[in-house]
Amino acid sequence: MSGTITKVSGPLVVATGLADANVSDVVRVGSQRLIGEILQMKGDSASIQVYEETSGLGPGAQVETTGTPLSVELGPGLLTNIYDGIQRPLTEIRDATGDTIARGVEVASLNRKKVWDFTATAKKGDVVRPGDVLGTVQETSAILHKIMVPNGVAGVVQSISNGRYTVDETVAVVKDDKGADHQVSMMQKWPVRVARPYKHKYMPSRPMNSGQRVIDTLFPIAKGGTAAVPGPFGSGKTVVQHQLAKWSDVDIVVYIGCGERGNEMTDVLMEFPELKDPRSGESLMQRTVLIANTSDMPVAAREASIYTGITIAEYFRDMGYDVAVLADSTSRWAEALREMSGRLEEMPGEEGYPAYLASRLAQYYERAGVVECLGTDSRQGSITAIGAVSPPGGDTSEPVSQSTMRIVKVFWGLDSSLAYARHFPAINWLTSYSLYVDTLKDWYDSQFPGFMALRDKAMAILQEEESLNEIVKLVGRDSLSEADQMTLETAKMLREDFLQQNAFVDEDAYSSYDKQFRLLGLIIKYDELCREAMAKGAGLDGLFAIGAREKIGRAKMVAPDAYADAYGKIEEEMKSQIQKLTAGGEDQ
Amino acid sequence: MIREYQTISEIASPLMMVKDVEGVTYDELAEIELPNGEKRRCKVLEVDGDVAVVQLFESAQGINLAGSKVRFLGHPLQLGVSEDMLGRVFNGMGEPIDGGPAILPEKYEDINGLPMNPSARAYPAEFIQTGVSTIDGLNTLVRGQKLPIFSCSGLPHAALAAQIARQARVLGTDESFAVVFAAIGITFEESEYFINDFRRTGAIDRTVVFSNLANDPAVERISTPRMALTAAEYLAFEKDMHVLVILTDITNYAEALREVSAAKKEVPGRRGYPGYMYTDLATLYERAGRRIGKKGSITMIPILTMPEDDKTHPIPDLTGYITEGQIILSRELHRKGIVPPVDVLPSLSRLKDKGVGEGRTREDHAGTMNQLFSAYASGKEAKELMTILGEAALSETDKKFAQFADEFEKRYVNQGNQTNRSIIETLDLGWELLSLLPRSELKRVKVEQIEKYMPKKAEE
Repeated sequence: MSGTITKVSGPLVVATGLADANVSDVVRVGSQRLIGEILQMKGDSASIQVYEETSGLGPGAQVETTGTPLSVELGPGLLTNIYDGIQRPLTEIRDATGDTIARGVEVASLNRKKVWDFTATAKKGDVVRPGDVLGTVQETSAILHKIMVPNGVAGVVQSISNGRYTVDETVAVVKDDKGADHQVSMMQKWPVRVARPYKHKYMPSRPMNSGQRVIDTLFPIAKGGTAAVPGPFGSGKTVVQHQLAKWSDVDIVVYIGCGERGNEMTDVLMEFPELKDPRSGESLMQRTVLIANTSDMPVAAREASIYTGITIAEYFRDMGYDVAVLADSTSRWAEALREMSGRLEEMPGEEGYPAYLASRLAQYYERAGVVECLGTDSRQGSITAIGAVSPPGGDTSEPVSQSTMRIVKVFWGLDSSLAYARHFPAINWLTSYSLYVDTLKDWYDSQFPGFMALRDKAMAILQEEESLNEIVKLVGRDSLSEADQMTLETAKMLREDFLQQNAFVDEDAYSSYDKQFRLLGLIIKYDELCREAMAKGAGLDGLFAIGAREKIGRAKMVAPDAYADAYGKIEEEMKSQIQKLTAGGEDQ
Repeated sequence: MIREYQTISEIASPLMMVKDVEGVTYDELAEIELPNGEKRRCKVLEVDGDVAVVQLFESAQGINLAGSKVRFLGHPLQLGVSEDMLGRVFNGMGEPIDGGPAILPEKYEDINGLPMNPSARAYPAEFIQTGVSTIDGLNTLVRGQKLPIFSCSGLPHAALAAQIARQARVLGTDESFAVVFAAIGITFEESEYFINDFRRTGAIDRTVVFSNLANDPAVERISTPRMALTAAEYLAFEKDMHVLVILTDITNYAEALREVSAAKKEVPGRRGYPGYMYTDLATLYERAGRRIGKKGSITMIPILTMPEDDKTHPIPDLTGYITEGQIILSRELHRKGIVPPVDVLPSLSRLKDKGVGEGRTREDHAGTMNQLFSAYASGKEAKELMTILGEAALSETDKKFAQFADEFEKRYVNQGNQTNRSIIETLDLGWELLSLLPRSELKRVKVEQIEKYMPKKAEE
């Protein structure tokens, strides 16, 4: 089925003669066979968004529909790969066309030549349903890829065997109840704009350990939860996203660079293979899929990139894995939506964004969650979706931030004034929130009794600091009571010695729960001991000057294998030094 | 196939409609011939059936609907590139204006370029010593980075950019930079300032100038930076040169973009700028970088003046989201007479972490950098408190921080436009200033490094 172009306006192309095409079909445009997607139909003319640069295209050129919606290929070979927004492998494109991305490149998403070792887990005669695991492939050293019965196929396994196969070779034959044979290969296709099915969705109940103290302790996120990271430029959104991609205790990470800098993706590409997962010891790249549609790449493919990413995430979730999807940045995605909407001459909503912006965002984030996967073994998987938001001028009153905040449960608000003082991660503890604190309380209480109490105390001190600072600005610090001055001091320690975390220092980049718990305990203990000592008459200056203080200040830099002992020693030292001061105070 | 039409149906500068066209393609270049034989260039923005919407690069003055001819050239706007471009001056459309001979191009390149494949990029990590402490020490520039200067009207950003172009070098090598300089809608005086400085230092022989001055057609400004970057890409990735691209002033570029968008009656985004301005700016800025296996590099320093000194204005805002950091100039420091008036705290280089440290600069670089930043931030806070409450209200520590902030501005920031400090001088000066503070406050530098680098006398 082919049509003829009548209009070209940037990435929007209108073609007639496509009466039989479906909305959302993928089309091939012009002699270069550029990839496009049908957005609207009017009579036999279709409005098409083209995923590649349309320069050189004019009326009269041919448009051919493929009859299928925009889909991704799912199977072994996804991990460690880097794709553009419509799942074209960038390294293979580079081999084909050089350093720049030429137009109309056709490269299969999954390598058709690569051979995988398939181990059958189902056997002949088994009755299988969609989602049942037929066999496995050790895709990378970290991840066992489960080959599942694709949607729409159910019946009795006629044949299945171990062996070495490429992704499109048949590994099993399933006969359905009508007697038809289905050839099952290791590769499935799935339309990106449709969520993959599951059996049930559950409330998230386990935290995702990010290794970041301000996140895990103050504003935790649950596995299967949603979070937004808004912040002006230079506040460290990307570093936060990278840290989460590196240290989160999930099985799979899908990182979507959506309309951001090319060098940031290069950074991930270069750094991740070198880094080791603190839990499994495997290279981080072994569990990562990258989607890179940088800001200079065609804008329409940017719109598709987050769907491509989350569909891949859902596929791994369906195997029973915990997956984190990081999208940097959803604002650029929204801008792509706005640009296409403008070209379609739709009536704009707020700030030129289309009226359906909020519902599209909600649909995206709703694809996160903890689910019971299809298949008989009732395995559970989860998707945690974290999106960066880049509000113009850092002002979150704009539509993308507002629509996002209505949906997500965790809000890590980045603050430029913290960034200027090089307080990183610049997550503002006063404006951020996590609605998972209550649901995760049970987990924390069972694993680290007392952690939540410390957290609440730390939050209270930080809140109080804010109101005390107002007073200090008016009348100076000296006019505060000693107890209030102590609060200010503890708050400062919490900020500098606990919340600040240097992503570029190996000892500090990742903090286990235990390390966080003990470090926070140390600071709160100092506060308590000082207050006791003050009641006994010890002076503030003396308490602030004890030698253990500077050691607490450097405590976060203690290596992961040495902190337990070191913190114990600091605590002993602190106790005895404060003791001395009280004793001295009583003598006088 | 060259097709000529006499069917211009409408002109509303800078747009023009041509009817009854055939075989015209999007983004194609065209030429208008006026009745008097004068030729002007334009490009296709939209084709709808047999009507083409064409954007003029020059003024529409004198175009006659009946007598003018439009010729479609069958290719997008191109620049003929050759190594002979070094030392030459071109207008915003890439035509020589220095009275020299025409360039014999080695080849023609589409000025829009192609997006760089992220997997072909090499991560920038080579430290560039600019000789300016606030940049080298605190906001380190690396080869292949795009680091804009955010200025305000009336501030000496040109002096700083010229100083960087003059002093920049990579330690341990003698390779010099080729400079591609694009004047986008700036005044003759500002442009001459740069060219004179290049001439004075002899850099002019290794410089390509694209000049669209304030009195040149505004629409031409949309192609000027693209011309410059096409030349830079050729020099960097085909001729193995390290190219420093200076684009000034991006604000004028964005205004030209707004002008065209308004003429096309597009739905405006913030402050009337088109909604796709982010993408458009990105297609410029992202052309900086390094490529795996290529010797050359493009380092970019775009300059923009923030309207009303407002960093949240769309132009600096969108730029900051794309570029790898920013150097912000401050009017307050300028009034205090500090040269260059770099506002240290909001300035940032995102690529600094890979460019500093042992083997590149010195092991203590990262630590002192963070320490100086946070100490200066505390010092400024203390000074603010001091203006409200008086000096007596400050604690001893706060007083030291306030004193540090003053000294820091006076000695570290204020180095003048002619001083070329080596990175070692910059780092040592940093330690000297840190010695003003109590040691217990220096939590961001390692104890061993304090022992090693802190000037001993000052400490006692």
